[in-house]
This record gives sequence, C-alpha cells and structure tokens, in this order.
Amino acid sequence: MSDASINSPKPLPFVQINAVTKRFSANGPAALDAVSGTIETGKITGLVGPDGAGKTSLIRLLTGLSRPSEGDVLIEGKGAYASQHHLHKMLGYMPQRFGLYEDLSVMENLVLFADLKGLSGEQREETFSHLLKFTDLARFTTRLAGALSGGMKQKLGLACALLTRPRLLLLDEPSVGVDPISRRELWSMVGELVDDTMAVVWATAYLDEAEKCDDVLLLSNGKPLYAGPPAELTDTMTGRVFLARVPQAERRAAIAPLLRDASVADAILHGDAIRLLTREDADLSHIRTLVNAEIVPAAPRFEDAFVDRLAGGPDGRSPLADAMSRHADAGEAVVEARGLTKRYGNFTAASNITFTQKRGEILGLLGPNGAGKSTTFKMLCGLTEPSDGEGRVAGFDLRTAAADARGRLGYMAQKFSLYGDVSVAQNLSFFAGVYGLSRQRARERIDAMLEAFDLTPYRSTTAGQLPLGFKQRLALAAALLHEPEVLFLDEPTSGVDPITRREFWSHINALTAKNVAVLVTTHFMEEAEYCDRINLIYRGRTIAEGTPEALKASCSNADGSVVTMEDAFIELVARSEQEGAAA
Amino acid sequence: MWRRILSLIIKEMLAIWRDPKGRAVILVPPLLQLVIFAFAMTMEVRNVDIAVLNHDTGNWGRDVEAGIQGASAFDEVIGLQSVSEIREAIDSQRVIAVVHIGQDFTRRIEAGQSANVQIILDGRKSNASQIVNSYLSAIISRVSAAAYSGGTMPDTIRIRHWYNPNLEYAWFTLPGLVATITLLTTIIVTALSVARERELGTFDQLLVSPLRPLEIVVGKSAPGLIFGYLHGTFFILVAIFGFKIPFAGSLLALYGSMFFYLLAVIGIGLLISAISATQQQAILGAFVFASPAVLLSGFMSPIENMPGWMQIATQINPLRHFLVVAQGVFLKDLPLADIARNTFPLVLIAMATLPAAAWLLRKKTS
Repeated sequence: MSDASINSPKPLPFVQINAVTKRFSANGPAALDAVSGTIETGKITGLVGPDGAGKTSLIRLLTGLSRPSEGDVLIEGKGAYASQHHLHKMLGYMPQRFGLYEDLSVMENLVLFADLKGLSGEQREETFSHLLKFTDLARFTTRLAGALSGGMKQKLGLACALLTRPRLLLLDEPSVGVDPISRRELWSMVGELVDDTMAVVWATAYLDEAEKCDDVLLLSNGKPLYAGPPAELTDTMTGRVFLARVPQAERRAAIAPLLRDASVADAILHGDAIRLLTREDADLSHIRTLVNAEIVPAAPRFEDAFVDRLAGGPDGRSPLADAMSRHADAGEAVVEARGLTKRYGNFTAASNITFTQKRGEILGLLGPNGAGKSTTFKMLCGLTEPSDGEGRVAGFDLRTAAADARGRLGYMAQKFSLYGDVSVAQNLSFFAGVYGLSRQRARERIDAMLEAFDLTPYRSTTAGQLPLGFKQRLALAAALLHEPEVLFLDEPTSGVDPITRREFWSHINALTAKNVAVLVTTHFMEEAEYCDRINLIYRGRTIAEGTPEALKASCSNADGSVVTMEDAFIELVARSEQEGAAA
Repeated sequence: MWRRILSLIIKEMLAIWRDPKGRAVILVPPLLQLVIFAFAMTMEVRNVDIAVLNHDTGNWGRDVEAGIQGASAFDEVIGLQSVSEIREAIDSQRVIAVVHIGQDFTRRIEAGQSANVQIILDGRKSNASQIVNSYLSAIISRVSAAAYSGGTMPDTIRIRHWYNPNLEYAWFTLPGLVATITLLTTIIVTALSVARERELGTFDQLLVSPLRPLEIVVGKSAPGLIFGYLHGTFFILVAIFGFKIPFAGSLLALYGSMFFYLLAVIGIGLLISAISATQQQAILGAFVFASPAVLLSGFMSPIENMPGWMQIATQINPLRHFLVVAQGVFLKDLPLADIARNTFPLVLIAMATLPAAAWLLRKKTS
C-alpha cells in the first residue's frame, strides 16, 4: 500500500469493490447488482441488509471462493478470485453457519484449525493462551463445541478465525442466535482487534449493529443503497423523527391512520410512544391533527434512514382484518400455563412457568437462545409434552384434549416451513383440509387469504420460488385459514427487512382487534417492543414479567433517563444471576 | 377425519412427485433393479473356460474329456501338457477349474479298481466354482456309471423340474423381484416421508394441526401402498409379457397378500423415519434394513441352509414370507391356505410396527 501512495495522492483502499454483479445462472436474477464500495484497514465495515440481500454472496467474493459475473473485487490491487491462494494466507473467515466441529472439544477444534493453518511450536502455545484469554473460553477447553451456548460458539469461531492473525477478517452474521450480553461482548472483542493491520467486515441484518460500524455497505435485494459512514446516512433524517406519546390503550389503533397519511413515511410502536418518520418537508402541524398526543422530536436511527431509502413503510392497511371474523371476548384466559415444567434427564429446560394470556393480547416470551422460551412455547402448542404442570389453549387441556386445542391455534414456525415444491394454492388447500374445513368453506377462506395477502397472482406459483416477503405472507395465511383463537409465532421477523417486518406487525395488530391472542417467542429486542406484555425467561425460569415499559422502568438509570429494551434485558439477567449466586 | 386424511394423502403424493429427488426415488431404482436382477444376476454359470490335463491314454480318460468339451456351460476347453501349467492357468484366472486325469485312470477302471479324477477349482470365485464343480461331477459320474456297468453310457436318471421345466433362471428371479422391488420402493418412500418433513421444518406444522398420530400414520402410509402396488404390478406385467413367464395362480390372492406385506414394510419404514432427523439418516436406515432383508429372505440363499437361530430371526422379515407367496402364486398356484399361512406373520408385523411408529412420531419431536 505504501508503494501505491507514492504515485497517487490518496492511498488505495485495502479492498476495492468495483461495480460487482453476481448471478448464479446466466439469465437468473442478480444476487448482487452493481455493488461498489471500499473496505479500509483499521475499520469495521458493516455489510448490512436483510436476509437475501446478498451479504453472503459478497463475502464469498471477498474470500475469492467465487468469481464475480461482472466487475471486480480488488484486494491490495489484485483480483480476489485470481489470487485466491495468496489471499487465503491473510484471511480469517467465520461463516454464518457454525463452521466448527461440534463433536470435538474447544481445544481439539483449536488444535485442528491450528494444524490446518500450519501454526505450531511455541507460537501455537502463545496464540492459544492469548485467544482463550481473549475469548474467555479458558474454563471450557474440554467442553464439546456442540454443547456451548450460541455466544460461546461464536467466540470459539472467532478464535479459530484469528489463529494466524488475519489482515482481513470476514464475519458472516456473527451475532445471529447470540443473546444480547454475548453480542455486546463480541462487539467489544472485535473492536479491540481492529488496528492498523487489520480490516474487519461484519455482516448483519440487525440495523442497530450498523450504527456501531465505522463504515457500512447497505444492501437490499442485491442492490447497493448506501456506502459510507452510517452516521452520515442517519444524519440525513435529522428533524424528521418524532415520538408521539399516545396512551397505551389507543396506541395500536392510532398507528394505521398515521401510516396512511401522505406526510408520514413510517410509524412504529416504540416503548411508550409511537415513533414517527415524516416525509421531507412534512407539515408538523398537519401531523398534530392526526394524533391526539404530545409530539416531541427524537434522534434518528439508522433504521429510519433505511426505511426512507426503501420509500417508506407500508400504508398500515391490513385487508386481513376484513377476512377474519371477530372472536367473542368474555374476558377469559385463552392461553393458560400452570407450573409448566420440562425435564430432559437431569436438565430442566423449563421450570414452573406460569402465566395467562387474554384474548386480543400479544404476549412475548423473551430470552436468549437455550433459555427455555422455545420449550415453553412448544409445550403450549402441543409439540412437546410437559413433564409437569398444565397447559390450556382456548379452554382445552393439552393433555386430555390435545387435538381440540390444536384445532384452535395457528402456528407459524421461525423459518419458512410450508411445502416448497407445491403451489401456493395447494399448500393452502392442504392446510384447509387438515384443519377440517368443508370444501365450500375452504374455497372461501383460501380466496379471502389470497386476496388479503395479495397472493392471488401467485396462486399457482411453486411456494419455494416466492420472494422472501411473500413466503412469510403465505405462512401467515396458512396459519390463519381456520381462524384460530391463538396465533403462535416463533421469532417471526428476525432477519426480514424493516418494511416486511412493519407489514407483518400491521397484520398482527389487525388480528388483535379481532380478539386473536398472539404468543410470540423472540430474542430480538425490537419484536419485544411490539408486545403488550413480556415474560422474560432465563435459565428455564421466568425472571420478570410485565409490559415493555414496566420492564424498562424497573431498570431505569439512577438519573431517571430512559433505558432501551436491550439494557433492561441485560440488567434483569444480571440481577437474576446475582440472586442465584446469593441463594 | 377422512377429509383430513385425504388432504394429507394428496399432499404426500404431490410432495413426492413434485420433488425431483422424490421422482428419482420412484423411477430409477426399479428400472435399475430390473436390469440388474433380470439380466446380470444369475446363478447359472455360463461362458467360463476350463482346462483339462489328461495323462491317461485310455478310452475312459478320453470319454471324460469329451464329456467336458460337449458341455454347453464351458466356453473353451484348454488342453494342458504338464502339472506345472496348472498353477499358471488358475493364478492368471485364465480358467476357473482344471480337471486332472491321472495316467492310470483307464487301467484302474479296467482292473475293476476305483479310479480318481482330480478337480482343482479357483476358490476365489467360490460360488461359480461350486457350480462348475457340480457340472463336472455330473459329467464324471456319468462316465463312471458307464465304466462300471459295462460298455455303454447309461441313461438312468431323468430329471424333471416341475413348475420350471427348463430351469429358466428368470422364472425364479422375476416373481421374487415383485417382492423385493416393492420392498425397496416402499421402504424408501415411507422412510423419507417424515424425515423429509423434519428436515424442511414442516413436520412441526403437521404436529400442531388437529391431525392425530394415527391419522398421520394412515396418511403417510398411502404413498407407500400406492407406489408399492404400482411397482408390483409393473413387475408382474414385465414378467408375464416381457419374459413370458406363465402366471399360474390367483392375481387377487397375490394382491390381497401384498396389501399386508406392504403394510408390514410401511410400518418398518415409518419406524425408521420416526427416528431419523434427516433424509440422509432415513436412506441409510432404509438400506441397513433392506440389504439384510433381501439377503435373509431366501431370495439369495436358501433359508434352510442358515443356522437355526437365524432361521428364527428371519421370521420378522416380511420379505421372507411374501417371497413364498409371490413365487408360489406365480409358478404353481399356491393353495389359499398356504397363502394365508404365509400372510399371517405379515399381519402381525404390521400390527406391531404401525402403532409403534404412531407413538414414536409424536414422542420424538424435540
């Protein structure tokens, strides 16, 4: 690099991405479409975008493992694909799916990767002890990698990628499946690493992480939306973001008219307020007429800018509401958990979980991976039999009337789990049949759902070929065909783009108006904000319960300043650990 | 309830047919098996070469040599000159066997003493050499019968093979194939069915629906039954019209027995599927079951030759029972009582495996 700087006034960037396009088949859609950008040494460059944006495709181009269809990736001025061999010596790569051997211990994994990279002798010992200390894994060297928590796995992956100190560190979504505490630790670890000799690429779908990067490359559907420091993009939104303090009872109803207004680009539930993003040159006094509450300016976030680049949020209409009939509400509990406990051998995955959920309520089971929220969730929708305790759905005991209970709940799994090889209509008529809808009724409901989710043009499309957002709509449509009284959602919007997420939650809001109860599991703080009530589960127990505001209030700083959901989560977990230690 | 099951069956058929891998599983193995079993796999030995080292100058030695030369099983009969050539001929796999006739062969016969012929076989090809040995023994015993009865070659034993007069190997294989192919198809189709859904994540979606475990089992059994019958029928037609094998028995009885046979196999397939987390495991499980099932069915080697405890163990192998029915009905119009006697164990196997699979499907979810 120093050679280059002699001739040119500005030194060449470490990595230069020049109008790169990547197609996986000659006439197929572009996974990356004319993406340009730079990656500088000494900086964390965020590769930001929802699932399917092209992050992994770009990372693979950076590793030299695949070749761009057009354009080129230059690393220190050399083409990445052509100089693969040379490149791999200076590269540390942590793939998205845990790339380690789950049946080997932490130490065996390190030794294996050290052997592969030809690291030996004294240098190896030094590196090991340094990395184990750095990642705080020294206590766990004999544990099988498969038995580590999500956060520890990622730290081990990071340690393996760092064995021969790389000059370019590529991290593909390192924070997926990692609880907020470990996520913070990962960030500070990587922050420590970056120096004059190393460049880091951090791919993520979480927009709050984008703000922590020095530079970002924002992608959507393979197209570049922005390249540069994140703050510069966020700052363009200054003066356009407001909080409207609408009373909680009216909040859901207030959002739809706001979104429908031409001067509002985006409106979402945020803590004890509605967060508004106005269009450029919007008239604030006009907005004040839309909502009967105090409106105060707020600091913009990266997400606001992203939504703005994507031309604003959805219009807040949910034709779905018209397609659903209203369930009667006698104020009774529709989901009841009483002392639910699940033991696997001598490990208790969930212990004495008790709560009730009313009709029309959104209840969130929040907790890190492996904390027991999924186990609780599975017990309540009949996927796992509880070892102890009782669960009821719509009044039916899950043990004695399981099929009746199951007939009254709708379920949407985390990843798209419909039949990818058959058409949209065939998927729906299968579920209609399984839920025992009569032929006549099935036809009506399927048409109504296709209409409500704008799926009619895709009727005979193979489900697997739908765009990501439409897959999610189809999954929701399938779960709602039989008009369930409770909807179970397993991490419904992790990884989807902000527009799809907003659209999804506007459907959910519309459902609650029809008295459908919604039970959500999530480890995603933003989803937690949408819930009416949160049950925070950690190490198999409920450690806190209440509205999102109440949880945040219980952790507010000494000076009374507001904390984020993530802060509250970390604080509550820390308190529970202290109590555990004291007991 | 039937509406639910029917939806599931339609979905199962669509899922198999729309999935290119599913289609391959349905179409490729039976055709491959047909070619392999019907044309390549035969217990007869044909087109082998053999060597004769005849040190005897008398007429009885010549008769043995002539008998070998006249046998249709042997392609070429090479005459050796010395004992030292024997090793070379066998080692180089030039011939599968060497017949060594001593120089006193005729003299001893004329003197009324016992005379010996040495047969050296290539033990590396144990099956084929056993068969060659029996051909050779037959030839030699004919010579010796003539030698010790005085003058002319006798023609005392006439063998009649009932139900397969010309000992056509295809007559034995193809009815057996009706049984083995349907086993392979059915076990793979059913073993994959739940595992495929587990892998795609759709199985949870099924389990949270009002479908009861028994309904899932019924729905998951249907494709196995349908494809089992389709393949069975295909091979029956190929046997009758392609290989001109006479069909002696009642087609209805064969199809009736096949129903329980398929249920028994489906039960095992679903058990494999219930304990598999991925399609790969399911395929592996299917083969772990299918290869011993075929080997220990009596199709490859007679059950009577197995040790006693193993003969008992073969009772849980559905193929063993149905093979008797398929071959019996095809070639000799097996009486209904015998069909029932061989179908009964199949009913028992199905009654044990299907409920076990239903129970396991729900148990093994998390």
